[in-house]
Amino acid sequence: MQTYIYPEYEVVRDRAKCVNCRICERECANGVHRFDEKLKVMVEDSAKCVNCHRCVCMCPVHALKIVKSDDTYKLNANWDNRTINEIFKQADSGGVLLSSMGNPNTYPIFWDNLLINASQVTNPPIDPLREPMETQMWLGSRVVSIRRDAEGKLVDTLKPQLKLSVPIMFSAMSYGSISYNAHESLARAASELGIYYNTGEGGLHKDFYKYGANTIVQVASGRFGVFREYLDTAAAIEIKMGQGAKPGIGGHLPGAKITADVAETRMIPEGADAISPAPHHDIYSIEDLRQLVMSLKEATDYKKPVFVKIAAVHNIAAIASGIARSGADVIAIDGFRGGTGAAPTRIRDNVGIPVEVALAQVDQRLREEGIRDNVSIVAGGSIRSSGDLLKAIALGADACYIGTAALLAMGCHLCRSCHSGKCNWGIATQRPDLVKRLDPDEGARRLVNLVTAWKHELEEMMGGMGINSVEALRGNRLMLRGIGLTDRELNILGVKSAGESM
Amino acid sequence: MKIDAKDMACEQLNAAIKASADRKIEVTDVVGQRYIATACSDKEIEIHGTPGNAMGAYLDGATIALYGNAQEATGDTMNGGEIDVFGSAGDATGYAMRGGKIFIRGDVGYRCGIHMKAYRDNKPAIVIGGRAGSFLGEYQAGGTIVVLGDEIGDKPVVGYFCGTGMHGGEMYLRCDRIPVTLPPQVKAEQIDAIPSDVKALVERWCKLFDKDVKTYTGAKFFKLTPDSENPYKRMYTSN
Ligand code: SF4
Ligand code: SF4
Repeated sequence: MQTYIYPEYEVVRDRAKCVNCRICERECANGVHRFDEKLKVMVEDSAKCVNCHRCVCMCPVHALKIVKSDDTYKLNANWDNRTINEIFKQADSGGVLLSSMGNPNTYPIFWDNLLINASQVTNPPIDPLREPMETQMWLGSRVVSIRRDAEGKLVDTLKPQLKLSVPIMFSAMSYGSISYNAHESLARAASELGIYYNTGEGGLHKDFYKYGANTIVQVASGRFGVFREYLDTAAAIEIKMGQGAKPGIGGHLPGAKITADVAETRMIPEGADAISPAPHHDIYSIEDLRQLVMSLKEATDYKKPVFVKIAAVHNIAAIASGIARSGADVIAIDGFRGGTGAAPTRIRDNVGIPVEVALAQVDQRLREEGIRDNVSIVAGGSIRSSGDLLKAIALGADACYIGTAALLAMGCHLCRSCHSGKCNWGIATQRPDLVKRLDPDEGARRLVNLVTAWKHELEEMMGGMGINSVEALRGNRLMLRGIGLTDRELNILGVKSAGESM
Repeated sequence: MKIDAKDMACEQLNAAIKASADRKIEVTDVVGQRYIATACSDKEIEIHGTPGNAMGAYLDGATIALYGNAQEATGDTMNGGEIDVFGSAGDATGYAMRGGKIFIRGDVGYRCGIHMKAYRDNKPAIVIGGRAGSFLGEYQAGGTIVVLGDEIGDKPVVGYFCGTGMHGGEMYLRCDRIPVTLPPQVKAEQIDAIPSDVKALVERWCKLFDKDVKTYTGAKFFKLTPDSENPYKRMYTSN
């Protein structure tokens, strides 16, 4: 017995409008659309549809739409359709459920319960169109020792810093999980914007070494593509300890996805599995982590900041406190709504905590311990707008990582089927015919547009608050008020309730 | 060039090695300095004493001869070159190495050769003279690990969990029987003669440490490889 699961979404074609041009058929890698030679009409198989909206966007006469199916099992608040279908899938296959992109479930989103302050009368707003607004940010350790040379001049002891024109970076997405053209788009946009993109753990393609000054390279447990030149080329190095979408879980890119070019970049044989388990088997303590941080610094002559990326988990503040003492320059915190190319559904949907609370707790703990300046903090894991960005900075972040938002800018329609490798938008795929659908010129331009727009919005909101630099906004929780939150949640976030005065 | 490492902090020592114009460097009196010769590509370094962790990490073509014992993570993510240890080495020796060779006269600790991979013409190799601790070749994806069981008495040639997660490469153990249960995805076969490339590795080890070649190349070996019938994977279902 194989269970028949009625499609979750249905393809609806307006036959009066359809001109049988067959564009949708060519555009769909999932084989949803087909021309019926006998009936001389287009037909569709909704069971194959992943709802990526490629056909909807490409249909020249707008004859297509995808709707949520109204087919349903007997309504049950406990056993909803999704839960039942997952049981059927597992009973059919015996497999671990695999999903992609961020947690889609209805957990509270604290960003949406935070409101931003504005100036009135006494502390006038600033007009960003007329007055200078500083969105530049530096990432790195700010602890300096005072030393003088033989002539009594101050010696520069500041550790290496990363300069960001806007406090936004593109988060780690490996070549292999996303396409060559997607990587090129990210790299070019980062260069143009004066920010950084992150290679993820899949190595750095030779063609992109030229964007090194705007590249953060990742070192994960499998050490794919890590060698001297890779480290030398980058502006900064990130040690990946965890990922918000799958805390405690590693990566396993099956051999089938390791095409020749991906293999070359990862420095493994074509078709070999790329396994990168969650634990670095040489790291069991902060002291061990320090060893990896310092060996990377030694390998690059102490010229580059080293990031440590961790997933937001229950004990994050204590972990971050350890990292801040490990010699690392930047801590990247990835919240549980962060995206992924593939993760076991149960892990993605149930493990970790929101970045909002993790960030607030880490910032507070490091301040209490007097080590906040040891490190910069980068927050990621579903920063959806400049509003989220501003709130994150006010909660203590020095900058934010954006992943899903960047993918959306490149054309992703959040169909959450990246793990199939058949992304119709040319992003989460290695199939040449699909990859070429994403034009890197266009991809880069759209990313630049997005970040530029957020920059303007950030300036405008900061101006309204009477703040003229991101630096002055950082950790300024008095600029936030909570709404619809319990006392305890307000406490954890370290913000007052809406209606409470300064 | 000679460097006396006595009282030198590790950063100082490594800076001195990097700054040396000489290709040949002899470092004496090493006491626990870490990260020696990290990412070094073009030097021949002789070390006397006991270096700290991560000696030769990201090594990229240089050679290191250590007259003493090595600590943990020797040759971490090594890309090329050679490390000869005239003593024993600690845990995670050759972590994720993808090129070059490591020869050890004595034993290694846990997790030796973890994540070792091969890449194009780069076939990394580790030859262990004595015995290896548990988790030898964990997640091994390529390259060659040889354990010779020299002077180990009745002790087992490898520890527990040998080859856990192994999905590429090969191991050669010089012994009459495998002392531990292997994971299901690892296949072991006894061979009468080792292939020529492995023989060359053993010969090099014998030459370095002044051992009788025939004793080691003529012996019976077990060859461990991942079992393609029973691969290391988890079954997923798209959701
Ligand atoms: S793309 Fe639109 S018009 Fe063309 S065949 Fe498909 S539904 Fe019809
Ligand atoms: S990247 Fe592609 S496959 Fe993944 S969610 Fe976006 S559109 Fe879908």
